[in-house]
Amino acid sequence: MIEFDRVSLHYPGGQGGLSDVSFRLARGELAVLSGHSGAGKTSLLKLIAAIERPTAGRVTVGGEDVGALPRQAVPYLRRNIGLVLQEIRLLLDRNVFENVMLPLTITGHPPADASRRVQAALERVGLAGRGKEMPLSLSGGEQQRAAIARAVVNKPSILVADEPTAHLDAAYAGDIAALFRSFHTAGVTVLVATHDSSLFDEASPRRLVMDHGQLREVA
Amino acid sequence: MNGWLRHQASAIGRAFRNLARNPLGSLLTAIVIGIALALPAGGLLLLDNANRVVGDVSEKPEISIFMAMPPDAAATAEVERRLAGLDSLEAVRFVPREEALAQLSAGGLQDVVSDLAENPLPDAFVIAPRGNDPGAFDALAATFRSWPGVHHVQLDSAWVERIHALIDLGRQAFTLLAAILAAALVVVTFNTIRLQLMTQRAEIEVSRLLGATDNFIRRPFLWTGMLQGLAGGLVAWLLVAAMVAALRDPVATLATSYGASFSLGQPAMQEVMTLLAVAAVLGFAGAALSVDRHLREAA
Repeated sequence: MIEFDRVSLHYPGGQGGLSDVSFRLARGELAVLSGHSGAGKTSLLKLIAAIERPTAGRVTVGGEDVGALPRQAVPYLRRNIGLVLQEIRLLLDRNVFENVMLPLTITGHPPADASRRVQAALERVGLAGRGKEMPLSLSGGEQQRAAIARAVVNKPSILVADEPTAHLDAAYAGDIAALFRSFHTAGVTVLVATHDSSLFDEASPRRLVMDHGQLREVA
Repeated sequence: MNGWLRHQASAIGRAFRNLARNPLGSLLTAIVIGIALALPAGGLLLLDNANRVVGDVSEKPEISIFMAMPPDAAATAEVERRLAGLDSLEAVRFVPREEALAQLSAGGLQDVVSDLAENPLPDAFVIAPRGNDPGAFDALAATFRSWPGVHHVQLDSAWVERIHALIDLGRQAFTLLAAILAAALVVVTFNTIRLQLMTQRAEIEVSRLLGATDNFIRRPFLWTGMLQGLAGGLVAWLLVAAMVAALRDPVATLATSYGASFSLGQPAMQEVMTLLAVAAVLGFAGAALSVDRHLREAA
């Protein structure tokens, strides 16, 4: 499903990046990516979503060579990847329902079907009945849930999250981790970058550890 | 509804939202575009009206033939006979020298006429040639000059040609002005859309991460530019209509004082549609340039 083959990524100026990273994540697998700040976790996730292109090596996602993907094809790759970012990035001038609807508007879903899907996604993340509220009226944990609903509303086969529990207290963080585990149970390939991998212990995930741009340990 | 129509409907909705986010700014932009378009549109409309007046006159050019003095009835009769034989004439009117003097007297020069020892005016023919070819009129006048007993031939269309030349010059000037202002309109829309792109940067970035194509991002801004141009076109039309309404009575009064009947005409529906279409296309062009530049930079 996701394969890195001797992948390197060098940013201009030599800051951060990846060095000779290889791993393979099978369909339906749950993996936790941990490591210190600046270790390269975000860079690795950006390569999966084609936000960055590898400087060397080959990144394959769903059979597509991300590095060789033409620019026009990138949006179609991203539609198959649910992306949850460290910054929640909900649109503050739209309510929760409209935020979650955005991926379906992008793909041109019929409104009635889109509306059903949004309701289902909100229900799945525990925000049923909160669709008309504006993002700023939600707590941090609820905003992250809304962002997760937005990431999964298109029913992607891959879910990638970058520190989704970074700004949450322990209770909220546990809830969010449980959500990701439930998507894994439903057959979605899940890769979560987190500084607290113990949140996912219950699901016995695959563990990837980044250290100064290199993948030090694969367990 | 198929996918393409759904995307367009969604983009139009987002375009209206873009305009509604800053209603005063949108209105002011429409007014600026409207004024820019109203200047050449109004100027060209006035020239069209002027052309209509001159066109009416130029459709009836006259050639006057003045006979030599002293009057020679035989020569006059010969000229009359030759004129009657020409097919290229629409109308021939003989003005005897007595009638010409009477007209002069009736025209307010009674005192001058009464002091004259004898009638100094020659017999004359006023001729309306057929067709509308200035070259043919010149040839006809040259023929008349060559006839015996003819002292002077006057072609009355020369001043009309000069006015036509002036109108053509004016039209070219307004067309040039229109081209310059059209470029200004594209720049105004370019800048408006650029500002909107800046204020919606977060939304665009999130949309890209969620799988939005360039077309998805481009579409609402193109509609915004087009709607902005259309609104400017409507403002221009209203301004031109108001200008015509304001000038109609003074122009009619002026025409009446010259013994003519003339009324300024409002732009025809086809002209209004052309104005709106041009405004929309220019708005679209400005938006397309702006959003494409943004997308290139983002890439």
